[in-house]
Amino acid sequence: MTTVAPTTGEETDSPYALSHLDALESEAVHIFREVAGEFERPVILFSGGKDSIVMLHLALKAFAPAPVPFTLLHVDTGHNFPEVLEYRDRVVAEHGLRLHVASVQEYIDRGALKERPDGTRNPLQTVPLTEKIQAERFDAVFGGGRRDEEKARAKERVFSLRDEFSQWDPRRQRPELWQLYNGRHAPGEHVRVFPLSNWTELDVWQYIAREGIALPEIYFAHERDVFKRSGMWLTAGEWGGPKDGESVEKRLIRYRTVGDMSCTGAVDSDATTLDAVIAEIAASRLTERGATRADDKMSEAAMEDRKREGYF
Amino acid sequence: MTTTTEQLADLSATTLLRFATAGSVDDGKSTLVGRLLHDSKSVLTDQLEAVEHASRNRGQETPDLALLTDGLRAEREQGITIDVAYRYFATARRRFILADTPGHVQYTRNMVTGASTADLAVVLVDARNGVIEQTRRHAAVAALLRVPHVVLAVNKMDLVDYAEPVFAKIAEEFTAYASDLGVPEITAIPISALAGDNVVEPSANMDWYGGPTVLEHLETVPVSHDLTSCHARLPVQVVIRPQTAEHPDYRGYAGQIAAGTFRVGESVTVLPSGRTSKVSGIDLLGKSVDVAWTPQSVTLLLEDDIDISRGDLIVPTGDAPATSQDVEATVCHVADQPLAVGQRVLLKHTTRTVKAIVKEIPSRLTLDDLSQHPEPGQLVANDIGRVKVRTAEPVALDDYADSRRTGSFLLIDPSDGTTLAAGMAGEAFGGKAHAAHAEETAPASDDDGWDF
Repeated sequence: MTTVAPTTGEETDSPYALSHLDALESEAVHIFREVAGEFERPVILFSGGKDSIVMLHLALKAFAPAPVPFTLLHVDTGHNFPEVLEYRDRVVAEHGLRLHVASVQEYIDRGALKERPDGTRNPLQTVPLTEKIQAERFDAVFGGGRRDEEKARAKERVFSLRDEFSQWDPRRQRPELWQLYNGRHAPGEHVRVFPLSNWTELDVWQYIAREGIALPEIYFAHERDVFKRSGMWLTAGEWGGPKDGESVEKRLIRYRTVGDMSCTGAVDSDATTLDAVIAEIAASRLTERGATRADDKMSEAAMEDRKREGYF
Repeated sequence: MTTTTEQLADLSATTLLRFATAGSVDDGKSTLVGRLLHDSKSVLTDQLEAVEHASRNRGQETPDLALLTDGLRAEREQGITIDVAYRYFATARRRFILADTPGHVQYTRNMVTGASTADLAVVLVDARNGVIEQTRRHAAVAALLRVPHVVLAVNKMDLVDYAEPVFAKIAEEFTAYASDLGVPEITAIPISALAGDNVVEPSANMDWYGGPTVLEHLETVPVSHDLTSCHARLPVQVVIRPQTAEHPDYRGYAGQIAAGTFRVGESVTVLPSGRTSKVSGIDLLGKSVDVAWTPQSVTLLLEDDIDISRGDLIVPTGDAPATSQDVEATVCHVADQPLAVGQRVLLKHTTRTVKAIVKEIPSRLTLDDLSQHPEPGQLVANDIGRVKVRTAEPVALDDYADSRRTGSFLLIDPSDGTTLAAGMAGEAFGGKAHAAHAEETAPASDDDGWDF
């Protein structure tokens, strides 16, 4: 048996003070276990991005040595990075998990969704996501959203009730008191659950480093064919870039977020290790979404509007 | 790149402080929050650009920092903060989670929400106005919620010529009032959020003040209490039974330790059944340990195979809370629909939800002057009152004064799941509460508690 001495905090703190990562981890595990205890059909939204990877890692720890009592759901835009899909399938197989996929391409192919003129598919994810939730009767849907990402997300509860149309009404949220999460809902409604609510981008990276969690390679600096659109480096590919007047060049870049290829920008970087990535983020003067997400720049309330409709 | 691995290691060793801000509409709360975020370099270039852009679109010449924090369309339209927002910033010494709560009278429930998880509350006062009703209301909510540390930030000192007597008078009046309510620790700091005096940097304008700046105090205030004297409590969330070839007999009781410490070898009792056993092992998220404490999420293993399920409470034998079907508590009503005598509700306490009925509402409190109104019949949004509730099954409630986590509960409407009220078991305030008005109306009491 290993004896763990109480963490030494600062001089003014009691020996029982937890480090901030331990406190965030403990809180997230508590949230996963609450959902396991109170819901019938929970699912984890899993994109293969770092936040969902951390969520899965926390879920694995929360129920160890038993398996994770949740299935996974990936909303596939059809414009995914191949490295990320490969990572997704490897993780699912490794832990014997069950993966649901909601496909945007399928909706476009059968005419249920129309491609946007700007080619971005991020906003198109809402319909396949919400219809999958209804079809599978998921009653709790874990998302990796963090309140530090965006000002509408700063208003999001840890347990966030969605109506039968999956809509979020920010003015009718339940107050969230102490750690007493109220997950009661009527049939057809569901609860979005955000165990990483109180984490920041830096916390996520520090936790990944501390726990030695593997990530898709696109998070680390590598050479890639990219072109510039709206001030961001986008990966060239069959999804629709570059267009006339846009030229491809090979650059040393990495990704800070993983999303649809059409609207997720890369940043110039030579960070090839976790320590280098953490140092880069700690010094960055841009937020994660400001640096790499075109879809949030559409309007001042872009995120709030999409969330109201059922987006994560 | 100047950040070294050692510095990064230091970063992750820092502790977390949760705090809430409270202030009236024009006390300068947004400015204080904006300055804390800005001066701790937590506002990044693209966020500032977005604010500048939005401000220009509104015809404002200077960036309106409130747009940084008002995240909802309706808030920006009305220029007020409606709902609690959580913000994150860090210094080299500590990480912070700030519950930014609205100051309007009608949003008392939001301050309750923010204060429920806070280790510290910052109450803002305008130096020109001194302690006003709203200040007393904020102090009362902080006392009611048992927030361990309260900071009185006397703001706009620049508008009273940085005069020490102005500050001293306000600090004295507030400290006397809040101490009587039972606030254990009060720190008064004279500031100008606009000019930056004593927020992050010490003020050159107030050399008569020898205490910490707001940020310095936030960085150094102790976040945990001495747990050795706390009653240990583990509400069981889920039972972990892998039933695999590798772990055929593993049976663990998973939960977040709500208070105190647990040790291997300790005798424990399970409530409400009253069965006893011994702790044979503690798993701390995959690592075996021999002692664990709040707020760690753990899995307890017991020597005996006894019947335990979600909603049970594991406590040290000989240190169990009384179980009862009659709960008397102070509640803050947080829903738009009222709570009335005779109403059927659900009571959610830790991981246990039981049916209950509201038997009595003995009194309603007016936070402005702490006067009490007997038998109001019902409570409406933002009301704070005493209630007596009868539960269908026994619950093991601690006094909220002893444990915020195991002394608190929610009342829920069973028909639509609405959270109706936030409950705190036991006496309302910890101090003598001899506020002038209370002295007139409250009957003489032998104990220190103040029952209204």
